[in-house]
Amino acid sequence: MIGRRARKRLIAAEGMLLVVSVAFLYPLALALMNSLKTMNDILMNMGSLPREYVWSNYETAWNVLNFPRALLNSLLIDVFSVLGVTLISAMCAYQIVRRSGRFNRAMFGLFVASMVIPFHAIMIPLVQVLRELGMINSLHGIVFAYWGLSLAFAIFLYHGFVKALPYEIEEAALIDGASVYSVFFRIVLPLLKPITVTVVIINALWIWNDFLLPMIVLQGPDNRTIQVAINTMFGQYMKRWDVALPGIVMSLAPSVLFFLLMQRQIVEGISSGGIKG
Amino acid sequence: MRKRLLEAIRQTVFMGPAVLVYLAVLLIPFLLGLYYSMTDWNGASASYSWVGFDNYRSALFDPDFIRSFWFTIRLTLAIALLMNVIGFGLAFLLTKKLRFRNLWRAVFFVPNVLGGLILGFLWNFIFTKCFEAIGEATNWHLFTIPWLGNENTAFWSLVIVSVWHGLGYVMIIYIAGLAGVPAEIREAAQIDGAAGWTLLIQVTFPLIMASITVCLFWTISSTLRIFDLNYSLTSGGPFGSTESVAMNIYYEAFRDNHFGLGSAKAVIFFAVVVVITAAQVLLTKRKEVEA
Repeated sequence: MIGRRARKRLIAAEGMLLVVSVAFLYPLALALMNSLKTMNDILMNMGSLPREYVWSNYETAWNVLNFPRALLNSLLIDVFSVLGVTLISAMCAYQIVRRSGRFNRAMFGLFVASMVIPFHAIMIPLVQVLRELGMINSLHGIVFAYWGLSLAFAIFLYHGFVKALPYEIEEAALIDGASVYSVFFRIVLPLLKPITVTVVIINALWIWNDFLLPMIVLQGPDNRTIQVAINTMFGQYMKRWDVALPGIVMSLAPSVLFFLLMQRQIVEGISSGGIKG
Repeated sequence: MRKRLLEAIRQTVFMGPAVLVYLAVLLIPFLLGLYYSMTDWNGASASYSWVGFDNYRSALFDPDFIRSFWFTIRLTLAIALLMNVIGFGLAFLLTKKLRFRNLWRAVFFVPNVLGGLILGFLWNFIFTKCFEAIGEATNWHLFTIPWLGNENTAFWSLVIVSVWHGLGYVMIIYIAGLAGVPAEIREAAQIDGAAGWTLLIQVTFPLIMASITVCLFWTISSTLRIFDLNYSLTSGGPFGSTESVAMNIYYEAFRDNHFGLGSAKAVIFFAVVVVITAAQVLLTKRKEVEA
């Protein structure tokens, strides 16, 4: 029951949104467009399509970034960090809810409290601890650090979810003689799937985009993540936009692809994570 | 006896990894930071000495550190305000019955999944090269000034890019909040004669206060910690005028090798972040009502 005036207003809103959306994404389009031009063409015809398409820009950026290596490092770090933190925090939250003794409740309090600690407030001593543990300059070391940094929020999210699970199913399985481990892995973990999606998405995104931790703890060209490689490239090619822009486009591509494939899960994950947080 | 043993194993298996990682990555570094902050350690040498509160005094009398605080707080105010107003406006519009509303939502959310560091480099291109080109073509003053070379415009560049970057997140949270406002309440208010702004302020805002709390918390706490975007867009320039606290700490520790002083700054930073975010959450939480 929408009146004609209201419908007209909706159409006007739709038109306005089209204009705003184009403007909103224009910076990304500019990067894409100009990444295929010669330096001269960039400076002379910034707003138009390339006069000639210089695909070799991408080749140069690919080599300067050592892109395959950086991509692989970023992927390995992201996958193992997310797998680890998901498992560790799901188990921990489960135990806190089902065995809420004094120690576990105190630990939960500590976890939640530590969510307010900014990374920059602990990064200096964290480097020392990692060095003492022999975890500096290695991918497994940074994965370990990411477990710690993303643990608290993940436990918090799982805690809220496990609390709402009915105990009866587990109880029945336990009475039938199942061990608590098989109950957890076969019954509880599958039930946690919705919140697991949230935990995975939130952490996969921030760890992928994180720059400071890898910059501090991963030295040497072989260990660079995409973020660190881009930063290094800008140190050398600051004014060479014909190399820098394809580098930027290349480095953003995996995230854009991830968004296009997982759009619904990302939006739902972010909004349920935000509301509980 | 056997039951107690099984319980102990269970506790170790389920809680052990989390507690261990937590100790190594969060708790010990946090306490160690407190300790370092009272030494003059440079991060490498084997010996260092205890200096008590000297580092805290140096930090509080360091004009660059104080400036970075004021800068970060001004930035946070501007970004939190703009992001929430625009984000709510968008959410409000995009919960109407628009044909392409899912497409618009996706568009405004895209920058949010991209990394701040890379986007900073990209916008550096826009503010330097693209603005220059537009300026030459149109001669508009707005585009002929060097945006990143001037204290004031560099500040607003950071605001613009931050809002562009984070808008999607805020929008999504407000959309979820608005979707949770029961239609009956709105209709009842409308029958009672509430419309337009009255409806929005008297009925809708109180009902989405939980979303407002979350969005304010997120915008404030993430801007207080700003580093990546700041580092790649302005690198703190011109002349350190846009250097955030996180950057100041980073430079103190890892460029100038003052681990002691850097740790003291980190502790002060931590305390300020906790006080500001806790105050905000307490203030807005009190205004939350049940539908």
